[in-house]
Amino acid sequence: MLTALIAFGILAAVIGLVLGFAAIRFHVESDPVVDQIDALLPQTQCGQCTYAGCRPYAEAMAAGEADINQCPPGGESTILALADLLGVDPKPLNPEHGEHGEKTVVIIDEQVCIGCTLCIQACPVDAILGAPKQMHTVITSECTGCDLCIPPCPVECIHVVPVKTTVRNWVWPKPDTASPEVSAHG
Amino acid sequence: MADSGTRFPRPQAALFSRLHTFHGGLQLPGHRDVTAATPIVPAGIPPLLILPLQQHIGEPAESRVGPGDYVYKGQTIAAASGPVSVPAHASSSGTVIAIEKRAVPHPSGLPADCIVIETDGRDCYQQADHAALDYRHTEPAELCALIRQAGIVGLGGAGFPTWVKLCNHSQRIALLLINAVECEPYISCDNRLLQERAAEVVEGVKILFHAVQPDACIIAIEDHMPQAEQALRTALDAANASGISVTRVPDIYPSGGERQLIRILTGREVPSQGFPADIGIICQNVGTAAAVYNAVVRRQPLLSRIVTVTGDGVAQPQNLEALLGTPVSHLIAAAGGYTADVDRLLIGGPMMGYTVHTDSIPVIKTTNCVLAVSRKEMPAPPPALPCIRCGKCTDVCPAELLPQQLYWYARSNNYDAAQDYQLFDCIECGCCAYVCPSHIPLVQYYRNAKAAIWTQEVQKKASDNARNRHEAKQLRLARIKQERAERMARKKQALSGDGGGKESRQAVIQAALDRVKRKQEQAGAAPKNVDNLTVEQQQLIDAADRRRRLQHPENKTTD
Repeated sequence: MLTALIAFGILAAVIGLVLGFAAIRFHVESDPVVDQIDALLPQTQCGQCTYAGCRPYAEAMAAGEADINQCPPGGESTILALADLLGVDPKPLNPEHGEHGEKTVVIIDEQVCIGCTLCIQACPVDAILGAPKQMHTVITSECTGCDLCIPPCPVECIHVVPVKTTVRNWVWPKPDTASPEVSAHG
Repeated sequence: MADSGTRFPRPQAALFSRLHTFHGGLQLPGHRDVTAATPIVPAGIPPLLILPLQQHIGEPAESRVGPGDYVYKGQTIAAASGPVSVPAHASSSGTVIAIEKRAVPHPSGLPADCIVIETDGRDCYQQADHAALDYRHTEPAELCALIRQAGIVGLGGAGFPTWVKLCNHSQRIALLLINAVECEPYISCDNRLLQERAAEVVEGVKILFHAVQPDACIIAIEDHMPQAEQALRTALDAANASGISVTRVPDIYPSGGERQLIRILTGREVPSQGFPADIGIICQNVGTAAAVYNAVVRRQPLLSRIVTVTGDGVAQPQNLEALLGTPVSHLIAAAGGYTADVDRLLIGGPMMGYTVHTDSIPVIKTTNCVLAVSRKEMPAPPPALPCIRCGKCTDVCPAELLPQQLYWYARSNNYDAAQDYQLFDCIECGCCAYVCPSHIPLVQYYRNAKAAIWTQEVQKKASDNARNRHEAKQLRLARIKQERAERMARKKQALSGDGGGKESRQAVIQAALDRVKRKQEQAGAAPKNVDNLTVEQQQLIDAADRRRRLQHPENKTTD
């Protein structure tokens, strides 16, 4: 009896030491939670969440200061992904921050632009090209649709346009899931 | 073939003599008897040619003409852009009247950029300045370039640029597989092509053989086309191409799928998300081989293709040779027009084709079939019923997937799980939906899920890009702020740092004078009025210099 206890005691101690050593020696640095949250955000840098960009919002969420439903461009899919990551219940988008709409970009009416560079300074992703007293234009492929350039424009020459569906970005429509096929499964 | 530069070794008979089977598949009614027995007829030159910039998989071509330009037949009107792209050519002579968005053959029904040519009916060729090429004495790389310039893509239906398949592989190619297996019902363009132009196909295969240099070459043909097989064998005998063999495969849909055909002939699997070249096989369609013959021997780019115009909705179902860009309405008219029964129009076969809502769309490089069906022969699908988990879809899936699982995941937008179940190995053959007793549009769920996943990936890339650009901007702003602060600090120090004593100010002035002096010396600045002096003038100057030195001995060196 005593021998068995001693034997198992020693065995437990040895295994414990090995596991403890392995935990330190083979420690894997996991992605900090802020990076993981930031990776899920749409990176429009629009500030609708009341933070200065996606990263500050991610930091606030990681610190428990911000809720997961403050990102209108991300919409429901982002909220679901965040809920999954942070282990909280999903909730509907907070309407205080805006509504989830289709993806848009801005264009500059080049006839009207006076070349004041205010929009260039406002653009968080350097998607506007121009110089003082020279016409500006939007690099549409880089525009995130944050609309931050619109308020500073003194001549209101920046307009929001929806991203057009073409044969290259078209998505096969999903079959009508409101059919009896679905109601039968719930 | 004694003088031939290419030797055709005997295929390794033991390797390919036994046929294998693939999982699942269906035996479908053929519906091709009429068209397979009717000769190919040229569809003629339509008044308008509509040539989309994208007629292939990959990047669209870039237009090289403008409205008002006269173009000759065979002229390059759009250049390849990017690594996976091919140029487009004018398929007849005429005037470019517009480059605009027009309806194109695409399941979305969305318009896309097209070059519209008003034909002049003369079909005037651009002056050909090159003679026929002897491919046997041409480098494979040069053949690939020719095939690329000719705008050739896979004519079987997918439209992958042929030169990429032929030339962009690191593997040694053991088998060149020529696909004449036209497994989808209704379609008979390859069948007719072989019956009428087997010699061209064989020459094309020999060119492909020379370009790829494989160990063996097999032309696979389905067992419902005996005349085509006979014609092919005769042509092979006549061409003395003994290294090329013909193998008959059973008529099971989709045995003409690249992966399924490779499975049948070699028993090997193309790796998931890989290419046949990964296992040393290249597969090309017979139509593509004929186009390669035209490109290399006749020096003609891809200007036309054979299209099966069929179904109960057309009066005279037949195969037509259509110039690329010919509107479908012109083909229908050439096939005797619509019948009273016509219900809808499909591009492609009944299994993999898609419904289009206008016949103003043009024939493009991948259009193998125009199918005008009556309500009787292809009724509208009945409403979908709940899945009863019968498993029939799994039994017929030629890719050995679990269509039912994929369906659940695709329907619930669980894309990760769908990918775990190898959604992207689905070839969208439609067998599962065909046998589904609940009429669930399974393939549409898969297509939707695939497109949604691609969209997500594009968005992910775009958001990563936006993050990088945002961080770069913030870094730049921080750097500028810091630089400005440093500059201000330096200035402040210069103004107030040393107490502003007279000596230090004197030193600053002296440094500035030195700087100016150095600059003048570097620029080679010298007094300009000292050339061509008379002796008296020189003496006066010397006297003045002496006086100055006596008065200001400390400036001696500044002279």
